[in-house]
Amino acid sequence: MADLTTNFLGISSPNPFWLASAPPTDKEYNVRRAFEAGWGGVVWKTLGSEGPPVVNVNGPRYGAIYGADRRLLGLNNIELITDRPLQTNLDEIARVKADYPDRAVIVSIMVPCEEAEWKAILPRVEETGADGIELNFGCPHGMSERGMGSAVGQVPEYIEMVTRWCKEYYSKPVIVKLTPNITDIRYPARAAHKGGADAVSLINTISSITSVNLDNFSPEPSIDGKGSHGGYCGPAVKPIAMNMVAEIARDPETAGLPISGIGGVTTWRDAAEFMSLGAGNVQVCTAAMTYGFRVVQEMIAGLSRWMDEKGYSSTDQFIGKAVPNVTDWQYLNLNYVTKARIDQDACIKCGRCFAACEDTSHQAISMSPDRVFEVIDAECVACNLCVDVCPVENCITMERLSAGTVDPRTGKTVSDDYANWTMHPNNPMSTAAE
Amino acid sequence: MAQGSMAPGIHPGRLSSDQLAENFEDLHAPFAPHEAAVAADRCYFCYDAPCVTACPTAIDIPLFIRQIQTGQPENAAKTIFDQNILGGMCARVCPTETLCEEACVRETAEGKPVEIGRLQRFATDTMMAQGVHPFERAARTGKRVAVVGAGPAGLACAHRLAMKGHDVVIHEARENPGGLNEYGIAAYKTVGGFAEAEVDWLLKIGGITVETGKALGRDLSLEGLKADFDAVFLSIGLGGVNALRADGEDKSGVANAVDFIAELRQADDLTKLPVGRNVVVIGGGMTAVDAAVQSKLLGAENVTIAYRRGREAMSASRYEQDLAASKGVKLMFNVQPVAVHGNGAAVEVELEYTTTEGGKLTGTGETLRIAADQVFKAIGQTLEGAPSGLTLDGGKIAVTGAGRTSVDGVWAGGDCATGGDDLTVTAVAEGRDAAEDIHAGLMA
Repeated sequence: MADLTTNFLGISSPNPFWLASAPPTDKEYNVRRAFEAGWGGVVWKTLGSEGPPVVNVNGPRYGAIYGADRRLLGLNNIELITDRPLQTNLDEIARVKADYPDRAVIVSIMVPCEEAEWKAILPRVEETGADGIELNFGCPHGMSERGMGSAVGQVPEYIEMVTRWCKEYYSKPVIVKLTPNITDIRYPARAAHKGGADAVSLINTISSITSVNLDNFSPEPSIDGKGSHGGYCGPAVKPIAMNMVAEIARDPETAGLPISGIGGVTTWRDAAEFMSLGAGNVQVCTAAMTYGFRVVQEMIAGLSRWMDEKGYSSTDQFIGKAVPNVTDWQYLNLNYVTKARIDQDACIKCGRCFAACEDTSHQAISMSPDRVFEVIDAECVACNLCVDVCPVENCITMERLSAGTVDPRTGKTVSDDYANWTMHPNNPMSTAAE
Repeated sequence: MAQGSMAPGIHPGRLSSDQLAENFEDLHAPFAPHEAAVAADRCYFCYDAPCVTACPTAIDIPLFIRQIQTGQPENAAKTIFDQNILGGMCARVCPTETLCEEACVRETAEGKPVEIGRLQRFATDTMMAQGVHPFERAARTGKRVAVVGAGPAGLACAHRLAMKGHDVVIHEARENPGGLNEYGIAAYKTVGGFAEAEVDWLLKIGGITVETGKALGRDLSLEGLKADFDAVFLSIGLGGVNALRADGEDKSGVANAVDFIAELRQADDLTKLPVGRNVVVIGGGMTAVDAAVQSKLLGAENVTIAYRRGREAMSASRYEQDLAASKGVKLMFNVQPVAVHGNGAAVEVELEYTTTEGGKLTGTGETLRIAADQVFKAIGQTLEGAPSGLTLDGGKIAVTGAGRTSVDGVWAGGDCATGGDDLTVTAVAEGRDAAEDIHAGLMA
């Protein structure tokens, strides 16, 4: 079995699966259960300033969207940061860390953008013995209206300023959690980097309305007939999160900046994908909230088996391995020509590929009276829609035309030379290939 | 004297009323909303879906299942009723395992089709329980159409004609409308007086008068109907029963399976319905299975289906065969009856083994006897009382196109007419299509 021990910012944990700062990590009771279940670390739910704690709504806090069979695909949350007294949380953190020295315990913090506020809380957090802090510059709901959370994360100058204060008043690693509610994730990441952050973590949740009650026209979750945008998370946000992770990982200005990947991680495969895109570890919330802490066992066993199969003995060996393959569209090889291929033995004859191609794409699939579906190479642009809508995995695949064959659609002979848009004759800016 | 199942002869009350009530419960319990949601989620919304092609009434199955998925079983019901006004009954009695569900791509993929029949019942039951009838009549045309026979074909035809604005009179020989929905079909497939309720619901369209106790050839003539109405639709079913042609067929205890089923369906109290200790059903179709299973459920000790050909030739589906077996019915293949023995009343049936060579069935000469105090004949029904002047084909009223008979102005459909299987759903399709043709003719 591959060793999943992960060293992130010098913080060791037995596996790369941390629970994100969120409802599951609000209390000692939950966190102990998480550690007993096998989680490698937790980011304790965000602490606020000393004083009267925040209050939460007393109606529903979550909304959801579902896939088939009511499988939860996305969750939306209007819960605020911890609503328990600061000292209670600090005492619990200290106790838990003392009892689980091998697990990572990170403390999430959100206080107003005033140096005095950060200067006041950081020493108290340091006293708990926790392994590091995560600055919550991400939550898009509630606290952002008070100038915190994503309100900070959307202003790179604030990120840099607060990060600098934290590095000044706190001795252990500082992780900056980024909001995805921004047009270009690289700017806040660069700001965190400039401020001296040891790492960034992303994504926090996405501003969202999950549904509308069509009887009273209230957004859900509905609080007395009104709704407010919540933070969206779960499997549905994973593609958005992975792109943002990759953008930071391949940005020369933040090269080498450690990343903790967050956003819809549900299985070992999700984790491996995030890590291949440059995340040093992953943080999980919705999967645990949906299925309970026990899901981590699948993640641990799954990642371990996959690493064994690939011959990786440590996570370092595959972290970032996909980053060099993330590129700009203009550099994609236009001489890579593929055609859809339908495995007739695997085909169950539902005809969804036909409907998709005929109605919405390129009329490149034929249908015989006895429901045999075949690809018409002369029409197939290899868009992949048929692959995506087919209910049977691997029934339809994309096959590359070998060099020297003629693409019946274009009439051109396929070349195995690499040629991209920057070299294409239709591009007014093109430069001739050497 | 032996009691219950062991009592010799034909007796009522072999089982307690509680046991009978349990035995005759719904074969497939209706879906609860959650079950329907889970089942509906399995549909792939296929293109030009094979299930639709397999449905004689061509219900848009992917659409109605999607409508269940999106929380609107009422719209799903409307989609079903647009094509099949007896969609509620068909959801219960269709051999879906040889129709839509056999064609389902999930059957190909996983050997477990989407449960189309039960989903259809969920949708239709939802709307019918609300007492809503989803169709309105068009403006009255002043045209009058006679329908003979209030079975599935006649009801479907009458409904479609009424919808088009025509006035319809249905003439039914029996006491109650419904045809085989009311008098045939195993009770456990249509519990709770559904057949009667469905007819009442169907008639809410208006413009349909049902006259019961009116038989063609006795109370009515085709000539008279033709004179009084603008068009005639015959859906008189198959009133006759094939004879065994075995010695002793006239002994007491030998009866028609269809009569037994009808009696059972009309019985107010199953404890009063007599059944034999040893029941033998001769035949291999759905009627044979329905009679055999219900005999067992009434408390018969031994029930045997004796079929003259092999299992593969049996017209009852494998699902029906397995249902019979699961209830304790013994299935015997390649045996044909040669005699019923007994002194006045049946005691034994003598069966001869058969063999099929070159498609021809012959007896081998080897026989066996099995105890039988009740023998049900279920070897097919025949057309009886067809008006003269109509061309027949293979013992049925010959039709072309959408049920046109050889006589101008007279259409026919359902079991009495040629074309299609003798199924409720096929009858509905034929009645509906004939109505469209009649309408087109009347309005031309």
